[in-house]
Amino acid sequence: MRTLWIIPALPFVGFLINGIFGRKLSKALVSLIAVLSVVLSFAMVMKVFLEAGNLATSPVHEHYFTWIKSGGFSIGWDYAVDKLTMIMLMVVTGIGSLIHIYATGYMEHEEGYYRFFAYLNLFMFFMLNLVLAGNYLLLFVGWEGVGLCSYLLIGFYFVKDSATTAGNKAFIVNRVGDFGFSLAMFLIAITFGSLDFTKVMPAAAGKPTATLTTIALLLIVGACGKSAQFPLYVWLPDAMEGPTPVSALIHAATMVTAGVYMCTRSAPIFIHAPVAMDTIAMIGLFTAVFAATIGLTQYDIKKVFAYSTVSQLGYMFLGVGVGAFSAGVWHLMTHAFFKALLFLGAGSVIHACHGEQDMRHMGGLKKYAPWTCLVLACASLAIAGFPFTSGFFSKDAILGAAYAHAPWMYWVGVVTAGMTAFYVWRAFWMTFWGDYKGHGHPHESSWVMLGPLVVLAVLSIAGGFLFNVPEILSGMFPIKEAAENGGPGEAVLTGISVAFGLAGVGLSYLMYVVNKDIPEKITSALGGIYTLVYNKYFVDEAYDAAIVRPLIQGSESALWKIVDAGVIDGVVNGAGTQSQGLGSMLRLLQSGNIRSYATWVVIGAVVVIVAIGVGGVK
Amino acid sequence: MPANFAPSADDMLRFGPETILTIAGTLLMVLDPLFAKKLPRMFGHLSIAALVAAIFAAVAASSVPGLAFSNLLIVDGFGTYFRILVLCIGILAVLSSYMYLEREQAETGEYHALILFSIMGQCVMVTANDLIMIFIGLEISSIATYILAGYLRNDKRNNEAALKYFLLGSFATGFFLYGIAIIYGLTGTTQLGAIRSSLNTPETSLMVAGVAAALMFVGLCFKVSGAPFQVWAPDVYQGAPAPVSAFMATGPKAAAFAIFLRIFLTAFDRIAVSWAPVVWACALASMTIGNFAALTQNNLKRMLAYSSIAHAGYILVALASNSEIGTAAAMFYLGAYALMNLGAFAVIVYISGKGETNLRLEDLAGLGRKQPFTAAMMTVFLLSLIGVPLTGGFFGKFYIFRAALDAHLTWLAVLGLLNSAVAAYYYLRLLVVMYMHEPGEVTNALEAPGPALQAALILPAVGTFFLGILPGTVLSFAQAASSFVK
Repeated sequence: MRTLWIIPALPFVGFLINGIFGRKLSKALVSLIAVLSVVLSFAMVMKVFLEAGNLATSPVHEHYFTWIKSGGFSIGWDYAVDKLTMIMLMVVTGIGSLIHIYATGYMEHEEGYYRFFAYLNLFMFFMLNLVLAGNYLLLFVGWEGVGLCSYLLIGFYFVKDSATTAGNKAFIVNRVGDFGFSLAMFLIAITFGSLDFTKVMPAAAGKPTATLTTIALLLIVGACGKSAQFPLYVWLPDAMEGPTPVSALIHAATMVTAGVYMCTRSAPIFIHAPVAMDTIAMIGLFTAVFAATIGLTQYDIKKVFAYSTVSQLGYMFLGVGVGAFSAGVWHLMTHAFFKALLFLGAGSVIHACHGEQDMRHMGGLKKYAPWTCLVLACASLAIAGFPFTSGFFSKDAILGAAYAHAPWMYWVGVVTAGMTAFYVWRAFWMTFWGDYKGHGHPHESSWVMLGPLVVLAVLSIAGGFLFNVPEILSGMFPIKEAAENGGPGEAVLTGISVAFGLAGVGLSYLMYVVNKDIPEKITSALGGIYTLVYNKYFVDEAYDAAIVRPLIQGSESALWKIVDAGVIDGVVNGAGTQSQGLGSMLRLLQSGNIRSYATWVVIGAVVVIVAIGVGGVK
Repeated sequence: MPANFAPSADDMLRFGPETILTIAGTLLMVLDPLFAKKLPRMFGHLSIAALVAAIFAAVAASSVPGLAFSNLLIVDGFGTYFRILVLCIGILAVLSSYMYLEREQAETGEYHALILFSIMGQCVMVTANDLIMIFIGLEISSIATYILAGYLRNDKRNNEAALKYFLLGSFATGFFLYGIAIIYGLTGTTQLGAIRSSLNTPETSLMVAGVAAALMFVGLCFKVSGAPFQVWAPDVYQGAPAPVSAFMATGPKAAAFAIFLRIFLTAFDRIAVSWAPVVWACALASMTIGNFAALTQNNLKRMLAYSSIAHAGYILVALASNSEIGTAAAMFYLGAYALMNLGAFAVIVYISGKGETNLRLEDLAGLGRKQPFTAAMMTVFLLSLIGVPLTGGFFGKFYIFRAALDAHLTWLAVLGLLNSAVAAYYYLRLLVVMYMHEPGEVTNALEAPGPALQAALILPAVGTFFLGILPGTVLSFAQAASSFVK
């Protein structure tokens, strides 16, 4: 019996009910429908998992109907589940369920409650489509769909101008990525004669390297857009304008990892395109460092975590690029745990401080919100790579593989890990230690919100050894073991990265708890460099000046004045309004427009005649 | 020359849709004085009935495929597809006209008769097998549309639009006719198949044929509003009554593309090496000019006019690929495009108000809150225009760019995709205004759309989803129909 379709169908039904009737339903009913649809979907995933045999040898594949058939080329609406998909499904529905529950508490007092949950369910539908897809086209359906939902949800607080702008930015930047992805898809269709994963992947080995490299590079463009990698990362920090559960679900745990998933899914293509692999490793590494430095200087708690997400996604791409696909997926999973927790925790903090997001106006919250403090400590330990937390295992796997690939990549990665530990703990100390500097009385959040946080905290701590992804996925990809060819042993490498992490934590304690004057001294000592980093390297401004403004101005002034000279106002070029009838009709004839338009047609005609009649025929 | 001049029964059946439309159109004119005062909506009902009957006639005609009237007409899958398409376009245009005509108090039999005549001309065009028939169909369709563009005689914008359309249109038709004359002089025939065979003989001058092809190209490119002959479109679409603009941007365009494909892929197949690069350049120019000029428009009709130029560019990409899958892609795209464009124009008819005063972008502000149904429908059309998956627009683009890559038009495909990425921006602006701005004066004053307009919104939306979720049905028909009788 075919059952996979039920997994995405459940949230879709939730979307339909809340979207159509939500306005008339009570809040309790809306949240019940929304949460239940996702929780049932999770249950369905578990059922598939338990009933499926060995996913490595016999993946589940369900074909529903043929979507397009043209000649020998056919694409079906196919869902397929192998081990990789299973991991993604569990992450998406599992964390999705938790965040839906949390959101019922967080969004309680917001206008448009039903609209929010309708969008959120729609997002789940598309995201599940993305990971279940058995071919690139269906994956693309999910890919575009999640982008759309992300746009709707970022702009959810549409009364705020900044939210609308951020939504637009996300959509437009992602168009660049989609452009790359769709080109890649066409190229795959032409090269392989199919878009089915089961047909494309085994055939990859026999295709010319140049073609595979082009495909892989185009896929990377797509992945950079969706997974916020340099130079297309600019939309993600702005996307924090959306409600916090959205930041946690879409912009940390699920959608932004779609690029990593897609590259991993396309591993056979990448493996045969070494240039593309190097490119993605470099992009990932650069993004990791770049975003981490920005994270060091931000004061908005959500912005800090946003840059941290960009940076951690860079890690995943580093893993993919050095060939450690399963390590990349492992980090994807653990990151989903601890980053969702960080965001939800941040939401709880913001809630506690009555909407304040600037960490300079927080402080001392451990007294008022002890549970939030505790769970955020778990998440911060995990992201800092504290031994035996989830982040420790996955980050270690990536760094080990990076060392085997090129030792310098390991060292850059380790320094970045130190920075990561520093800025996350900086945020932690600024929020929970010291005295409260905000307004009103901070309060702890309700248990609807805290419950999911506790579950995520357990996963952040224990998720690494509970789910050993490389072991689960073993055999799927050629694994690069750390330190296989000489150099320091694995334990040494691990020790170094842990030391960097702990140093970061220690330094932040020193600077933000023990001696709070240090940061200011450093800031003034660095001067210009600090300003540069604090302003995010002025990348937004550079884009604005180099691309956005020239495009708009060009369109408005020089170029299109020539093309779009015409205006319709019924009074063309001073034709008198007083004269009626034939007189004014005739006067229209004298309109400069018509004559200049006719001139256009004549010039065009001459060019066409010369090109086809005289020039073309031999 | 046939011995018996009386057409056979089969011939009459093959000409069924045109016959029905002509009779119905004439009837509408006769009935005008009877109903104009008492039952003005009657005209609309009658023309919809005629269009539906014509669809049945077109289906019936397809059961006897073949040549008719001494090879002047050809009923094949291609012709049938386009006949049904323009008839459906007619139905949707009439549905969105009810509200408009009532608001302007301008319901006459004449309006509907002109629409029926125009569609009749398009039906002739798409089934014509002879350049003379094509020309006659083109003129029937165009003249009716010129008048429709200036339908509200006291509206200056209408006058200006009609006059511009008429003058420039006639000018372009002149080019087309001149091309026919040269071809006749060169080959001694006006039948497409015969021209093709004549061009395949070595003694025919391909250069003269090239000049003739170029002249026809100018005429046709004008009719489909492809660059560099697009200059008229923004002014005319902006000035004409909104439902007429919707009709002009879809019906005559679909028919013009049909003959464009038929003439160039049958008669001028031999000299494809010389015209294909020009189509390439025109396709790129149309996409670029359309999309970039649309970026800065603030008038909704003018924006959609530029958008329609850009979409003509996408279809020209399919033509440039000069292949059967390209033809099928163009056919599919024209269907998807007609639906989403008619739908979007129906929303404009709805919000524009009496005298079409509300056509600024801001006039859509808050539509999502005030009229959620209409806004949702508009969202569907905009997403399809952007080319988001699960809508017809997505598969339209998918097929076109795949056809282009199959024909090794890599750069055209790349630039086309880049273009469609840019295009998202101006459609998105509408979405933003609809959902993220506070309702303004215009949207606050709107009343819920009436049943006819609701149908004019729901039908294209359903069609858009149908083409996006189950494209196979239409596509396989288009593929079967894409090999011309040569």
